[in-house]
Amino acid sequence: MMSAILKNRERFLALVIVVLVLAVGFITPDFLSFTSLVGTFNDTSILMILAMGQMLVILTRCIDLSVAANVALTGMAVGMINAAFPGVPIPLLMLFALVMGAVLGAINGFFVWIVGVPAIVVTLGTMSIYRGSVFLLSDGAWVNAHQMSESFIDLPRQVVLGLPMMSWIAIAIVALLFFASRHWRSGRDFFTAGGDPTAAFYTGVNVGKVQFKAFVVSGTLAGLCGYLWVSRFAVAYVDVANGFELQVVAACVIGGISIMGGIGTVIGCALGALFLGVINNALPVIGVSPFWQMAISGAVIIIAVIANSSAERREGRIILRSAVTARGAQKVEAA
Amino acid sequence: MCKKLFAAAAAVLSIALISPAHAEDDVRIALVVKALGIGFFEAANEGAQEAAEELGNVEIIYTGPTTTTAEGQIEVISSLIAQRVDAIAVSANDQDALVPILKRAQQRGIEVISWDSGVAPEGRTVHLNPSSNELIGRMNVKLAADALEAKGVNAGQMAILSATPTSTNQNIWIEEMENALPEFSQLELVDTVYGDDLADKSYREAVALMRNHPNLDVIVAPTTVGILAAAQAVSDEDRIGEVYVTGLGLPSELAGHVESGAIHNFAIWNPIDLGYAATMIAYNLVQGDVSEDYVEMGRMGLAELDDDGNAAMSDPFVYDASNVADFADIF
Repeated sequence: MMSAILKNRERFLALVIVVLVLAVGFITPDFLSFTSLVGTFNDTSILMILAMGQMLVILTRCIDLSVAANVALTGMAVGMINAAFPGVPIPLLMLFALVMGAVLGAINGFFVWIVGVPAIVVTLGTMSIYRGSVFLLSDGAWVNAHQMSESFIDLPRQVVLGLPMMSWIAIAIVALLFFASRHWRSGRDFFTAGGDPTAAFYTGVNVGKVQFKAFVVSGTLAGLCGYLWVSRFAVAYVDVANGFELQVVAACVIGGISIMGGIGTVIGCALGALFLGVINNALPVIGVSPFWQMAISGAVIIIAVIANSSAERREGRIILRSAVTARGAQKVEAA
Repeated sequence: MCKKLFAAAAAVLSIALISPAHAEDDVRIALVVKALGIGFFEAANEGAQEAAEELGNVEIIYTGPTTTTAEGQIEVISSLIAQRVDAIAVSANDQDALVPILKRAQQRGIEVISWDSGVAPEGRTVHLNPSSNELIGRMNVKLAADALEAKGVNAGQMAILSATPTSTNQNIWIEEMENALPEFSQLELVDTVYGDDLADKSYREAVALMRNHPNLDVIVAPTTVGILAAAQAVSDEDRIGEVYVTGLGLPSELAGHVESGAIHNFAIWNPIDLGYAATMIAYNLVQGDVSEDYVEMGRMGLAELDDDGNAAMSDPFVYDASNVADFADIF
C-alpha cells in the first residue's frame, strides 16, 4: 500500500515536470530544443547530486545544513591547488575533493553519532565554520578562470553521447544509489534506522553508525560538487553556493523524502531536484518578476510538504483502521 | 676663511640634526588604508608616490592596520597625530567610528580627507568618491556601445544583469543607465534581470537572456559576480563574438574572459588614479589651495565639491585586452 502511494507520487511528479516543460515550451518554444533541455538537466546536476546525499541524511531523521559550505570549502581548496600546481591531474584532484568532503561530513557524523548533538545544531555550527574556513583558506581572494588549468575547466563540459560529463556523473550517482537502496543491506539500513529507530535497534542496526555513514556520504558528494561547481562557473570565492543548502533540502522534500525520516525513494528525490531545476530554468525564460520567482519557489515547497504529510497521515490511518477493525472484530467475537 | 666656512657648515649641519629632518618644507601626507597587503591599496599607494614625485616636496607615509577594523585604524591615526603629519587621507573601515579621532587630528591642525570609503562629514574636509552614480551609469551604457562597435554593428540590443532587485546602488546605477540611454540611440534596452549575486542564478539568467532575445548583442552586468557568470555562460553557449558581456568587474577576475573574447572591455575605478588624486587633494588642502566649490587634482582635473565636501574623481577606468593583464596583477 505504502509503496503504491509513493509510486504514485513519483509518477505524479514526473507528470508535473513534463506538463511544466511543455507549458513553458508553449510560451517559449525554444525551451523545448534539445540544447535547452540538456542545459536544464545539466544545470540541475549539482542540485541532484547534493540531494542524493541529503536524502540519506534525512532518511535517518537528521539534516545536513553544511552541504553548501562544504561545497564552497572543498571547491576553494581544489581551485587553489589547481591554481598553484596546474600539473596535478584532474582525477587526482577529484579524489582529493571526495576525501576532503568525506572528512568534513565525518566531522558532522562524529558529533551526531558519538557526542549525540542534534544534527540541526551540529550542521548549523559546521556550516558557519566551513564557510569561515573558506575565508581563512583564501584570505578572501578569488580563484579566477585564467588561473585554472584548461583541463580543470573542461572536464565537466566534455560531451559524451550528447550529454555533458557533469550530467553523466549525476546520472551515475543516482543509478548507484538507486541500486544500493534496493539491493544492498547497507543501503536499506538508512530506511530502517530512520523509519523506526527502536525497531532498528532490535534488528541489529546501529542507528548512530548509520547516521554517521549518511553524513559521510553527504559530505563526499558535497566534496565532488565542490569541484564541479568551481569548474562549471570557473570561479571560486567565499560565497560560492551561499544558501544552496535550502534548495537541496527543498529538492528532497518535494521529492517525497519525509522530514520525519524513513520514507522516500531515490527516484522521487531525483525528480524533486529535477522539478526545482526546471522551475529555476523556466522562470527566467518566461520572464517572471524576481519577486514572484521567490514566492513561487516557496509555494511549491509548502505544497510539497502538505502533500508529504497527508501521504504519511493516510498511511497512519490505514494501520489504525485495520487495527481498529481487527479490535472491532474481536469485540464482536467476544460479544 | 677655510675655518669660517667649516664652522658655518658645521653650524648648518648641527641645526639640521637638531631640528626634525627637512620637516620645514616637506609636506607629509599619510595614506591610511583599510588594511595593508591588499592589492587595490598597494596600487593606490603607487598613485600617491606618483603625485609625490610630481609635487617634489611631498613625503608619503603609507600605512594602515593589518586587519580591516576601525580599531586598528584608530590606533594608526593616533600615532600619525603624534608624528605631526600635515595631512591624513583615509579609506575608512567605519564611517562613524573614526570621526572622534579624526576630529582630534583636525584640532591639531592636520588636514583630513577620506577617499574610496568615506568618513562622515564631521570627521573630514573632503571625501573623494572614485566616481559618481551618474558617471557609472553613463559608463555602463558607453561600454555597451563599445561592444556594438567591436562587433561591427550599427544598432543592437542590450540587456542588464543586476544583483538583487533590492540592491540600492545597483538600482541607482540602472536608473542612471536608463537616463543615459537616449544619448545612445543605437542601443535598445530589451530586458533587465536579477542574478542575486549568486553564480548559479546569474548564469541561468544570462542563459535565459540569450534564449529569449536571440538577437541580443550585449549583456551589461554592473556587478562582479554577475559579469563573471554571464561571461562564462556566453562561452559555454558558444556565443563568443555574437554576445558581448560588459559592466563593472575587477581585472584579476576578468582577465581570462577578456582573453577568451567574451568580454571586449569593462570598467572599474583605477586605484592608481584614486591614490594620486587623494594625495593631490590633501596637498592642496595643506597649501590652503582650495575654494568652496572645487579643488585641483593634478592630471585628474578639477574635483567639484558639494555642500558636504563630497567629490567624484572621474569616469570609471576602462580595461580591455591592451591593459587588463598589467592590472590583473594589482587587483
